Amino acid sequence: MYKYDDYDQRLVDERVAQFADQTGRYLAGELSEDEYRPLRLQNGVYIQRHAPMLRIAVPYGNLRAEQLRTLAYIARTYDRGYGHVSTRQNIQFNWPRLEDVPEILGLLAGVQMHAIQTSGNCIRNVTADAFAGVAADERIDPRPWCEILRQWSTFHPEFAYLPRKFKIAVNGADEDRAVIRAHDIGLELVRDAAGEIGFRVLVGGGLGRTPIIGEEISAFVPWRQILNYCEAILRVYNLYGRRDNAYKARIKILVKALGVAEFTRQVEAEFAHLKDGPSTLTEAEVARVAGRFDDPVLAPLPPTDAAHEAHLAADKAFAAWVRRNVRAHKVAGYASVVLSLKKHGVAPGDVSADQFERVAELADDFAFGEIRSTHEQNLVLPSVRVADLHTVWQRARAAGLATPNIGLLTDIISCPGGDFCNLANAKSIPIANAIQARFDDLDYLYDIGEIELNISGCMNACGHHHVGHIGVLGVDKNGQEWYQVTIGGEQGNRTALGKVIGPSFAAEEMPDVITSLINNYIDNRHDGERFIDTVRRIGVESFKTRVYAERDARQHAKEAINA
Amino acid sequence: MPEIIKNGRVQQDDWQVVRLAEDESGGAIALPAGRVIVPLGLWLSRREALLARAEAGVLGVWLAAGDDPAALAPDLLRLQLVAVDFPKFADGRGYSIATLLRTRYGYAGELRAIGEVLRNQFDYLGRCGFDALQPAPGRYTPAQLQAALASLATFGSPYQASATLPQPLFRRVTRPAARQEAA
Repeated sequence: MYKYDDYDQRLVDERVAQFADQTGRYLAGELSEDEYRPLRLQNGVYIQRHAPMLRIAVPYGNLRAEQLRTLAYIARTYDRGYGHVSTRQNIQFNWPRLEDVPEILGLLAGVQMHAIQTSGNCIRNVTADAFAGVAADERIDPRPWCEILRQWSTFHPEFAYLPRKFKIAVNGADEDRAVIRAHDIGLELVRDAAGEIGFRVLVGGGLGRTPIIGEEISAFVPWRQILNYCEAILRVYNLYGRRDNAYKARIKILVKALGVAEFTRQVEAEFAHLKDGPSTLTEAEVARVAGRFDDPVLAPLPPTDAAHEAHLAADKAFAAWVRRNVRAHKVAGYASVVLSLKKHGVAPGDVSADQFERVAELADDFAFGEIRSTHEQNLVLPSVRVADLHTVWQRARAAGLATPNIGLLTDIISCPGGDFCNLANAKSIPIANAIQARFDDLDYLYDIGEIELNISGCMNACGHHHVGHIGVLGVDKNGQEWYQVTIGGEQGNRTALGKVIGPSFAAEEMPDVITSLINNYIDNRHDGERFIDTVRRIGVESFKTRVYAERDARQHAKEAINA
Repeated sequence: MPEIIKNGRVQQDDWQVVRLAEDESGGAIALPAGRVIVPLGLWLSRREALLARAEAGVLGVWLAAGDDPAALAPDLLRLQLVAVDFPKFADGRGYSIATLLRTRYGYAGELRAIGEVLRNQFDYLGRCGFDALQPAPGRYTPAQLQAALASLATFGSPYQASATLPQPLFRRVTRPAARQEAA
């Protein structure tokens, strides 16, 4: 991954000193609550239900072993022994004391980490494909571009007090695994007819209260101009985005209000001034940034390994794990391993201090010290020799990280929900756990096949429920927790927003509701058809009818028993 | 006399900011004697009459967060002081206005931040081109204002180009390639 030079390190160190001073002045009563709030937010500190929550940046999901060891130490020393992978590839701690945060940031700075701009109305952590650099379907590696964007957006003096938060994602593979259509700016790396690299630019996507799919405002921005172009977008947004209503302040609302044509015209007018200006990238700078990624040099190996094949044939559990949790690598003889953070009964995305250390050891021993976090809230060892997969599996299994459920119903995306988050209307984790308990049979899970179930505890949609094949949204009805269900959402190249199937459900009904949806799929599916394909083919109505008919039947049965 | 931060030092300051009440029209009110900073609307409506005071360096113009700095572009060579108002410190439009005044319209005179101007934002304000920072009267004690000078340059070598650093870091310095460092 990218290795800091002295300039990168000094900026992070200066930030630690700045925030220590600001926190000191706040605790001394020199800064009001209102004045301090954006400062702590731009350092990742939320005031939550139990304690401050600290969100640590994991730039485009890249981590290395020594960083995980520091996270393990932080989890043990300042938290309750675990951390949490968020849906934007960051890592959160739910129990630190505010007084300790400057010290934690100091420890992070020691391993080239920080919590800069992980919250607040600024440009947030840039995200990307968790398999960047190793994916078999990758056209252009997004990581150097993400790092260039990270540097440009870090402490950008003009864009620290935007109308609202601002998220950028970059994809360079055939399949979009970065959800670029649901970001304020989505960038797709492309080549023009001459083979020159550039960016297709989407603007105004986002989930939350008003889910909108991003729209293309440029089919090709040459790579040299990408910072100028982003600056033009941000300046138009900073000057003209709404500031009177936080719910209408995202760039998507501005794009809708102006219309995409007029918004594009304004961006182009601003870009005309900035084009070829000082922020224009140079070949030397791009090469320098790319050169600071200390990627392992992987010589192709034989694509198969006799011992590996023998293990696959002999060990059904190993074979199941390989099928579900191992991904193709661009270099022959290597694979990427997904370590599941979706063990049934555990909060999706939670990692214990011991697990951080076990993953660090696995990375050091088998994966060149590299780890990735995914927006689906799992961890990845990007480059593992095929011949080592069996050993990796055994050790991951011993650490509780080898549940063979990646891409299946129990690989649930879930926000922390009402157990931790102040914003939540309802709990998320108990719903996820109840569904995992209902669908605990692996053979049945495999039969159901690929499906994405996403849960958010409120409209802010941190659990990306709109783009889940099944989406669950916690809502508040007269002080009680209820759950609204959508189906037909999808992320990736065919990003779509799910449709609400009808009135919401009580928490205890949710496993039954999911069962009805799954049974309707199984009864109607064609051979090899995924849940989402069946929904697209037969429509939402059939699922809706089934869910509410079975719900009524359950209620009648209950009344009959009580009568 | 109130104290402000100007050119990196705490200084006494006798400029008066003229703010109109909602029902007041800029055309009618009498301006106080001495140095005054008037709102853009007032300036535009009484420009001919006020030009001499502006050129004498005793009258400046302030822009509200929603004002378009292009409206002032023709006058920027005559004005020795332009201010930008921050109705709330979290309203970041003033950062873009300042950047445009410095980088697009070539304004080289004093650029002053007024309104809710706080120590925590000094570094970003400075980099966007403000060379005078005027916190609300009474917000800081003289000692606090003196201490706040430490916040003028939090970051020694920022990545970006900005009004005060016209080149981004990668053009200002030669950053080491990984190979050079290993050698």
